[in-house]
Amino acid sequence: MSALDLISPSSPLYQKRKGVFPKAVDGFYRRLKWAVMAITLTIYYVTPWLRWDRGAYAPDQAVLIDLAHRRFYMFSIEIWPQEFYYVAGLLVMAGIGLFLVTSAVGRAWCGYACPQTVWTDLFVHVERAIDGDRNAQIRLAKAPWTFEKTVKRLNKWSIWLLIALLTGGAWVFYFADAPTLARDLVSMQAPFVAYATIGVLTTTTFLLGGFMREQVCIYMCPWPRIQTAMLDEKSLIVTYKDWRGEPRSAGLKKAQAMEADYPVETFGIAKARIGDCIDCNQCVAVCPTGIDIREGPQIGCITCALCIDACDKVMTQIGRPRGLIDYATLDDAVIEKAGGTARPVWRTLLRPRTLIYFTIWAGIGAAMLFSLGQRDRLDISVAADRNPRHVQLSDGSIRNSFTVKLRNMETRPRSVDLVVSGLPEAVVWSEVGSRETAGPRLRVPLAPDATTQLRLFVAAPATGEEHVEFRIVAQPTDGAPGSREARPARDDVVFERPEREDDE
Amino acid sequence: MTKRVDEPTGTTTVGHEWDGIEELDTPLPRWWLIIFVACIVFAAGYVVVYPAIPMRHAATAGVFGWSSRGDLAAEVTAERTRKASTLAAIAALPIEALPAQPQLLRTAIEGGRAAFKVHCVQCHGSGAAGSIGYPNLNDDDWLWGGDLTSIEYTLTHGIRNPDHDETRQSQMPPFADVLQAAEIDQLVAHVRNISGQGKPSGAGAALFETNCSACHGTAGKGGREFGAPNLTDGIWLYGGDKAAVRVSIAKAHAGVMPRWNSRLDPVTIRMLAAYVHSLGGGEAPPAPVVAVAPEGKADVGA
Ligand code: SF4
Ligand code: SF4
Repeated sequence: MSALDLISPSSPLYQKRKGVFPKAVDGFYRRLKWAVMAITLTIYYVTPWLRWDRGAYAPDQAVLIDLAHRRFYMFSIEIWPQEFYYVAGLLVMAGIGLFLVTSAVGRAWCGYACPQTVWTDLFVHVERAIDGDRNAQIRLAKAPWTFEKTVKRLNKWSIWLLIALLTGGAWVFYFADAPTLARDLVSMQAPFVAYATIGVLTTTTFLLGGFMREQVCIYMCPWPRIQTAMLDEKSLIVTYKDWRGEPRSAGLKKAQAMEADYPVETFGIAKARIGDCIDCNQCVAVCPTGIDIREGPQIGCITCALCIDACDKVMTQIGRPRGLIDYATLDDAVIEKAGGTARPVWRTLLRPRTLIYFTIWAGIGAAMLFSLGQRDRLDISVAADRNPRHVQLSDGSIRNSFTVKLRNMETRPRSVDLVVSGLPEAVVWSEVGSRETAGPRLRVPLAPDATTQLRLFVAAPATGEEHVEFRIVAQPTDGAPGSREARPARDDVVFERPEREDDE
Repeated sequence: MTKRVDEPTGTTTVGHEWDGIEELDTPLPRWWLIIFVACIVFAAGYVVVYPAIPMRHAATAGVFGWSSRGDLAAEVTAERTRKASTLAAIAALPIEALPAQPQLLRTAIEGGRAAFKVHCVQCHGSGAAGSIGYPNLNDDDWLWGGDLTSIEYTLTHGIRNPDHDETRQSQMPPFADVLQAAEIDQLVAHVRNISGQGKPSGAGAALFETNCSACHGTAGKGGREFGAPNLTDGIWLYGGDKAAVRVSIAKAHAGVMPRWNSRLDPVTIRMLAAYVHSLGGGEAPPAPVVAVAPEGKADVGA
């Protein structure tokens, strides 16, 4: 770029957003989107209010991310910080799930399930209810600021703001006991961070859903780039079948006139001259991102499939088969252009790539479920004091000190016996006991769903190896022998003795 | 450099071409530009109100007068205020009552740990393991008593402080002035023998009875009223081999510990006592300690 370019750029420096006023449409995909919206929004708003009984020592909220106590509860599953790999596993599954969906049906995430899409859709419906459909909206946007327009705008914005507030409000309930937090929020006693979170989410929902809309998808979001790269010629994407639609005729009447000119028998010839697209622009009018799918696959297309619904309606009206715009793969396009029939959808969906993705996805899921069922709910970790490593006691024996952490991940109080194994004649006691009461095992009560930490003193005769590997075992005192509950937890440690000085 | 209009998009290219790859001169979205400008304005404001531009000695102060040091001072003050009531509670309680209050005891031990790192590690070492001449505070051997009250007294008044009446006081005479070298050797043999090393020495036992038993006791078990070490155990402040014991007898040692009441406030001393007592060798007070279950920390995960 030369200096001159900076002074007088060849294209404008910036561009105002072009208003998009999507027209209402009905059809199969619109109804599918309604259903997805209902399900996703219900999940989002209702989940924090579901209850799940975990007994007296754990919260009864079905899904709770308890940051303060570092626990993650999901129905019968409770995850501790050191088990975070389960959450990592979920994220991996989400990633592979996205690969799977994208390679099978393109940007279906964008078109149906992305929060940006769902909330924009919701906002668009509010807009339509207040301002009317596309044409009325365009007129209103151009109109000067009269009293009526102001009232309409204020109405629309306040409803948007209310939805946004509820959206932000629902989010914080995932992080605290929902009923309590709701009460605190109303009485202005909730923590500042709750209000701040709600404030931020309200603002972003309001701006992104109300004003930014397709700008988010086109300029801000990384998914379109990633997903477009994951598509291949066998992915189902929203396609305008130009081989069928072109050349366009102009308008319904003209199409019908042409149809009359060319009787059905000669249709083959007619088709060569005139396509099914009547250039009615319905596909453009309904598009929530304001693009023209007839220009081919493009980054602005979130594959919401509303143009399919719109075009199908037009095709029915002019008596042509549906699906001028339809889900199709690039391979199908080649076949159909050459006059063949596209492969059945199930063969497109079930191909090695999607099957491999599905196998990996399901494999990770199964492995996680299996290990969740098998994981230990009692854990011990022992850290030896490094300074000093050993202490000479007056009776001649040697003492080592350890910091023991016992994690009781069950929601009930338990107790364990700490036993030393592999260190002959060793005795143990804790900070609350004393050498006099020391014995080969130590009973430790464990608080429910908590880490119990104690200092453990181990004394053994001075005679013996300088470094002795031994084991500290936490043996549950409850649970039937052989059951998973009775499974001991253990940690390997080293007993240190002073370097041997030779007697004179 | 040829600018051309890209056909599918209708946008002009910037004119450069790299191996057939061209760049479109797409105009920025207006909102993007607004945010960009807003960031610049914010940055300019930031430079004015916060320390930003490095000068010769320090950065510009900024009109808010903010500094990280100020933040720290505020946090320290807040922490002091927060702790004040706990510290008052520790100060109000006699030290023997501390173990019955697990919360207070825990705070005291942690406070003591911090103070130890500042005031005590110079002699006793960072792990309180001591060294020759400086007692190991982890073990179960105490010259002046190892219960909370005795430790607190020792800390408060120190050992052998000439300027202080209540200080722990004792002095072993140097026996080089009293006994012959051979006699000292016999004593060394006896002292080592009663702690389980070497052969017995009848002459040494007799010498011990005459010269040492007044303070160390007939059996050599020491006495805490004089801070006289127990000579029968496995712990030697100045070393337990022949040479070291000989030096101890001939020249005598008289270690000094500062009295901390001249430098530290009573709460800090009390917390230090609690910490030292917790190291593993702490003795029960005359009345037994109430056994308390170790408390679970609910929020510690890893
Ligand atoms: S482009 Fe991004 S923001 Fe838009 S629908 Fe797709 S994932 Fe959502
Ligand atoms: S082109 Fe069709 S599928 Fe793509 S975003 Fe627009 S309406 Fe949706």
